[in-house]
Amino acid sequence: MVIECKHVWEHISGYLDGALSPEVLDQVQKHLEHCEICSAILDSTRNILILTADERVFELPLGFSERLHARLEAEIRGITPAPSDTE
Amino acid sequence: MTGISDSTDEAQIIASILAGDTRLFHDLIRPHERSVYAMALSLLHNEADAEDAAQEAFLKAFHNLAHFRGESKFSTWLISITLNEARSRLRSKKNMKMESLDEPPESQGTITPALLRDWREIPSEALERHEIRAMLQQAITDLPLIYREVFLLRDVEELSVNQSAEALGISIASVKVRLHRARIMLQKKLVPQLQRVNPKRRWFSWS
Repeated sequence: MVIECKHVWEHISGYLDGALSPEVLDQVQKHLEHCEICSAILDSTRNILILTADERVFELPLGFSERLHARLEAEIRGITPAPSDTE
Repeated sequence: MTGISDSTDEAQIIASILAGDTRLFHDLIRPHERSVYAMALSLLHNEADAEDAAQEAFLKAFHNLAHFRGESKFSTWLISITLNEARSRLRSKKNMKMESLDEPPESQGTITPALLRDWREIPSEALERHEIRAMLQQAITDLPLIYREVFLLRDVEELSVNQSAEALGISIASVKVRLHRARIMLQKKLVPQLQRVNPKRRWFSWS
């Protein structure tokens, strides 16, 4: 069965997650073989997901760790472990 | 990313903390600082709020550590706490600017991706450029909240579809639909921007 570009777009996410059923996967793959637009959409989406998952995208502010651990230190020292009955 | 040996180490550290060696909590959370902050920042849009929410999430994790069952990964548990902390802050800020948890009105029907004929891959080294990082951050934080949450859990924090559904209290089918929309929205927004700034992109042919 031949499917249109529009239908392929609906399956991009499932395709990238390897979550398509064998029949749909086959249709999508056949379409991709001859459609440079859908192939480019797929490649660009995959590329964007790799970039957004990179840990450099969200950098910690300067001094974040120091301030966090200082606050934790104060909290931990304030509470000597007294499990269950303090809650 | 936690391997098997790391999670065993983590389980041992948690056991020691619960047995009274509370200082080990510092070591336990060190690998997770960035992901907790990223989650808080993308939801709250503001560095100061995000830092405060992240600190609060770590404190809650410390106080509730005895409730961590080890059925999920520690990182997943921590991200759920962060999500809830950020969500409750968003709710309490509702007088200033309420972000709807409902489906945005335009969300019925197919979202058309950015159409192009070929894609010159943007290598990860491009992230050394501040401009590119800022562009990606902005595109993520501009997503409507319901899509942003799913995208962050699944594609940034790398939770499974099931874990994301559980953390958000929505069905697996909703996770898949929202994730798909989020990804296409990002493609649509980022492709034209990235094509403009990709320095390697040159047109050698005018045909």
